[in-house]
Amino acid sequence: MSKNVPGIMRQKPITPWLYLIPALIVMFTFIVYPGVNTFYLSLRNADNTAWASTACKSGESCWGIFENYHYAITSAIMQTAFLNNIKWILIMVTGTVGLGLLIAVLADRVRYESIAKSIIFLPMAISFVGAGVIWKFMYNYESGSNQIGLLNAIITAFGGQPVSWLTEPQINTIALIVVGVWMWTGFCMTILAAGLRGVPEEILEAARVDGANEWMVFWKIMIPQVLPTITVVITTMVINVLKIFDIVYVMTGGNYGTEVIANRLYTEMYKSYQPGRASAIAVVLILVIIPAMIMNIRRFNEQEATR
Amino acid sequence: MNPFTRFWNWIKSLPVHIILIGLCIIWLVPSLGLLVTSFRPVQDINETGWWTVFAKPKGFEEFKTYCASCHGEDGTSIATADLTDPDLVQNYRRSFNLLSSLERDIDGQPHMGDIPVPDEQTAATIAAYMRRISGIEARPKFTLSNYIDAFVGYRGNKSYQQDCVDGTQAVDLYCDVRDLTNPRGMGRAFLNSLFVSIPSTILPILFAAFAAYAFSWMDFKGRQWMFALLVGLQVVPLQMTLIPISRLYAQVGLNGTFLGIWLFHTGFGLPYAIYLMRNFMGSLPREIFESAYLDGASHWTAFYRLAIPLSVPAIASLAIFQFLWIWNDLLVALVFLGGQHPVLTYQIGNMVTSLGSGWHLLTAAAFISMALPMLVFLFLQRYFVRGLLAGSVKG
Repeated sequence: MSKNVPGIMRQKPITPWLYLIPALIVMFTFIVYPGVNTFYLSLRNADNTAWASTACKSGESCWGIFENYHYAITSAIMQTAFLNNIKWILIMVTGTVGLGLLIAVLADRVRYESIAKSIIFLPMAISFVGAGVIWKFMYNYESGSNQIGLLNAIITAFGGQPVSWLTEPQINTIALIVVGVWMWTGFCMTILAAGLRGVPEEILEAARVDGANEWMVFWKIMIPQVLPTITVVITTMVINVLKIFDIVYVMTGGNYGTEVIANRLYTEMYKSYQPGRASAIAVVLILVIIPAMIMNIRRFNEQEATR
Repeated sequence: MNPFTRFWNWIKSLPVHIILIGLCIIWLVPSLGLLVTSFRPVQDINETGWWTVFAKPKGFEEFKTYCASCHGEDGTSIATADLTDPDLVQNYRRSFNLLSSLERDIDGQPHMGDIPVPDEQTAATIAAYMRRISGIEARPKFTLSNYIDAFVGYRGNKSYQQDCVDGTQAVDLYCDVRDLTNPRGMGRAFLNSLFVSIPSTILPILFAAFAAYAFSWMDFKGRQWMFALLVGLQVVPLQMTLIPISRLYAQVGLNGTFLGIWLFHTGFGLPYAIYLMRNFMGSLPREIFESAYLDGASHWTAFYRLAIPLSVPAIASLAIFQFLWIWNDLLVALVFLGGQHPVLTYQIGNMVTSLGSGWHLLTAAAFISMALPMLVFLFLQRYFVRGLLAGSVKG
């Protein structure tokens, strides 16, 4: 990297730090220090007056100083949250990446490419809260025959029974994930489309001349060529999904079995006033994210090597 | 190309069009529903689905079945019993008035002739339809009053304008320009959102520009690993830092202040901002910097005369990204500003829980919050996409 820097410019040793200090101070105060502090708080009791082990009740199993983690990992509500987050990851990542790839490949072949892409991408520009309202209206449920929510209107028009999408267990988490897919497919599509543009046209043409059909071209040439991009998109999406909060907070508040990790953290901290438990949940969250973080740094190093 | 091959090619490409256009429609319909609903009168919203907005109003079918053969489809065929006459319909506002009239004979003949008398519920629907066509309860297909009500934070069961005309508005409404700053309203929230977003966009870009210049064109110890660390910091979840920062803010009195939220967003925007700007500045041609230094330029001159002007595209991408991110954020606003200075997302989140199915206000409020991001996106899409790509793929 240092090969980039022109050697002719003489500088006082202090100059770089003058440029860096404001950013470093802010980042230290708002990311590094609180990150470390969260670890500490996760070992403390609810009002930070003693270690977490004092919260143990006699006769019940106790993890000592890690009592908050006992809650963060084994409590029923957190188990639900973990399970839901896994569902979110599985469905949302497959959905967004699959649909994003599909649209990126198909849109490349039509004249209205830019319009189609804009339409798919538009939900990225609005807030989760706005999307929550949009979809809450789509999912609206009335017990009678008069449905003002589109989905239930379609179901009743075909003679089915209306579904209470957001309170019915099992269905409701899927219903929330659909909102996520609707919002994030545009993101995946854009990045994958950029990756596909990097596939040399000659290779595709050569394969077609050799008699490969479009299906084979897609699986045998395009997919292997954009595989690194797909990995990037998947890692980014996994991180995003693990942090998902707004959709759940606005649409169900984590009730009816739709709890996720990030919403639980908010509830523990700002509704139950249990900063110790909330911190432990935050630490668990970062532990889950660390693998993705390492991948990011590794990819960065590879990029630097090719600069 | 002969017509047959052309036709064959068209058939072959058909599935592509069907899938693509189908997906686009699915993607558009939810937003369309919101937009249409936000302009409909509240009674219509709860009565019929938004997709029927151009169909005949509720009750038309019933009216046609039971009344149209004599009174005509528009209700005016019998001059002595004009159903669009409000004075006449006034007598049949309720289903039981209407039913008793329908069951009574007229000139020795049954009122309804061969047609059976409708049941109670149908009669109620017809009565409602007659109230509508006679103008007693006329309402337009589209209205702006949802937006006005949302803007001023009106929560009554008529409309802000109506209440102001009648002088029955709530005590905290003044029926003049002051209402735009009603703390319950979206107008106030819009201003708050702007007041949060603009400094929170400028500050991190300013700090990042300096740091990115140092990372690109200066030599110092630890450059490599500090930058790698920065890449790692990008994915630290916000949730990880909320708790200590809230405690810190509680001690120094920054909870619920704009300064507090500006600083927090600056801290969190910085890693990505530095990363993106470093990638851009670092890829500027080395020769210009070298010749500038040879001509005796200092780092400071090179920074603000060369690096900054040349980085404008990156700054634009970054600004759009950061602005939209903050505009759309709920969690940070919820934690650090809360109800003291409600922003748009906070306000809507609150309305969702407190209003239940007040769809006329909710849809209008949601659209107010979406209008600006959509405009930004539509006009500056290029920069937006560029910023996205720079951050996630190779810069």
